[in-house]
Amino acid sequence: MEGKTILDLRDIHKSFFIGTPNEFEVLHGVNFTVKEGEFVSIVGQSGSGKSTLMNIIGALDQPTAGEYTLDGVDIEKAKDHELSALRNKKIGFVFQTYNLIARTSALKNVELPMMYAGMGRRARNERAKELLESVGMSDRMMHKPDELSGGQKQRVAIARAMANDPAIILADEPTGALDSATGRLIMDIFHKLHEEQGKTIVLITHSPELSMETERIITLKDGSITGESKGTWQGLQAKEVK
Amino acid sequence: MLFFENISVAIAGLKANKMRSLLTMLGIIIGITSVIIIFIVGNSVTKGFSKILTEAGADTIEVVVLPKNTKNLYNIDDNVREMNEKDLITKDMLNQFKEEYKDKVVGLVQAESVYGDSMDGKGTVTRDNVVSKVQIRGYSKDYYKYFGNRTKMVQGRGFLDRDYAEGKRVCLVADKLVERAFRGDKDAAIGSEIEVNMNGVYYTYHIVGIYEYARDGIDIGGTTSDPDNPTTEIRIPYETARIANHAQNEGTQYIDVVVDSEVDGQAFAPEIRDYFNVKYYAKNDAYNVVVISMADQVQEFTSMFDMVKIAFLGVAAISLLVGSIGVTNIMLVSVTERTKEIGTRKALGATNKSIRLQFITEAIVICFIGGAVGVFLGITAGTALLNLLPMDLEPAIDATGIIISVLISVAVGIIAGYSPANRAAKLNPIDALRYE
Repeated sequence: MEGKTILDLRDIHKSFFIGTPNEFEVLHGVNFTVKEGEFVSIVGQSGSGKSTLMNIIGALDQPTAGEYTLDGVDIEKAKDHELSALRNKKIGFVFQTYNLIARTSALKNVELPMMYAGMGRRARNERAKELLESVGMSDRMMHKPDELSGGQKQRVAIARAMANDPAIILADEPTGALDSATGRLIMDIFHKLHEEQGKTIVLITHSPELSMETERIITLKDGSITGESKGTWQGLQAKEVK
Repeated sequence: MLFFENISVAIAGLKANKMRSLLTMLGIIIGITSVIIIFIVGNSVTKGFSKILTEAGADTIEVVVLPKNTKNLYNIDDNVREMNEKDLITKDMLNQFKEEYKDKVVGLVQAESVYGDSMDGKGTVTRDNVVSKVQIRGYSKDYYKYFGNRTKMVQGRGFLDRDYAEGKRVCLVADKLVERAFRGDKDAAIGSEIEVNMNGVYYTYHIVGIYEYARDGIDIGGTTSDPDNPTTEIRIPYETARIANHAQNEGTQYIDVVVDSEVDGQAFAPEIRDYFNVKYYAKNDAYNVVVISMADQVQEFTSMFDMVKIAFLGVAAISLLVGSIGVTNIMLVSVTERTKEIGTRKALGATNKSIRLQFITEAIVICFIGGAVGVFLGITAGTALLNLLPMDLEPAIDATGIIISVLISVAVGIIAGYSPANRAAKLNPIDALRYE
């Protein structure tokens, strides 16, 4: 697929100061791009630097050196409030532990990114309902997170990630806390978003098996990209035929 | 608007930790309650006094024989010899005084209670086995002339010149007494004799009129808390009271000088004092005359009352301070508990500013609810407190006091919430997300 470039990482270095003069470099010059509509996975063992990379991709952190462009915006020059705006509009986070806001209904959770984007009450309420419906949660919209199962929580989280129609969905071990059947369901939702809506998705995982489901697999080891391969996913339709 | 979302999030948070929220609010509640009490009692007392002053019309000056060195009525020197007849103000002295200042002094009000053998001046009237509490008090003619508006006649007549001059045994009774002693039959009461028992000493008077019982501001007519059986006054002419006390030829310790409405009582008062003291008390070894104008009295009371106000304000300030520390503390706890939530919100696009605002709003909501409860309790307690005061005061609840209290609560919320909110705002999103 030859779309426009959504993620462009060039020679990304990230070091942490663990007390002078010690400096600990986690990422040693990472290069890769993700084009619009791609479903990419970044796979690596713990300690490979994938969390650090995810934080940089997610505009939660800035690289020590290198260039990172997210949907045409230069990240390493962005100020604090500009990073907030980027996270709000360009990135949809899906976390392993769902990270829904407690004591707040599923609907309000989905509304939250739109609220921070300054969308009107009625408009965001309508969109949140549509999104919850699209992940099959329309009958549980007023439930609070502690009244939902893990799979239901993650579906709400995906609806929330979609709220501001982001440039990419950044999913960090989205099935890590779920049993395999529920995990399958969640992965199918990602595939559906990718195939039916052409969403750009970056999946971060330690599991090679899960990464095989994506179009392109970027393998990270000790802070460097050690390989890139193609996945074996046949598409939702094909799988159902099988 | 984020504002309403923040409020609903804050309220949900408070509901989830009801006990903690309540304890946190306690300081604010006590503080605001004190503020409201100050406002209500302060306003009511001020209003009550200005009402008394305007109703009194002409200014009066109290002239009292007291030990030398006495500065005010609340601080009387008691290391002096006992007062005797020669220390008192005689009728002749009064007549001369009136003549001297006839263009300024319009009347002299005198009053005296009949004690009999009672210690406190309280006696009883028993009719048809119904016992009513009374006290006997004689007032001079000028009392009704200048303070007439304090007495409303219901039936019958007032006293005649002859009653005063001859010290006749006639009396006015309160309608409240007629209700008890005469079963409300006013016609039967008027013209009847009434026998008053002052601890074994009996006084009999002929009822000529009935006045309306009032729990008035400065009248001594009713000083009891029992509304069904109040101690009412049997009012007799001043001269009659003097005869009953076997004091008709003696002087008096206490008179009220009524001055012309053109005269400034506060300025005239020292002149009266000097007149008496130079003329009569220069050679007295222990006693002299002290004067107190009504304005002085109001001033005296106001300054005492101001002290009470300051004490209450101190309580309010300390409670609000402690309360705000409590709010800061609980907000710090809340920020720590919700570190992950803060991280998530930041990942979803919340700016530092909106996080700060969220937590400040929470602190404000806590303080606002505490303030609202305080306003309610303050109004309740303030009104109850007014009923305890020996004055009949209308509770004056004004919007200013309530608005100021609400503003104080909000201000405490902002001050108490700022530092925890700032801490939340400055959290690094990665660390916050990783927090378990």
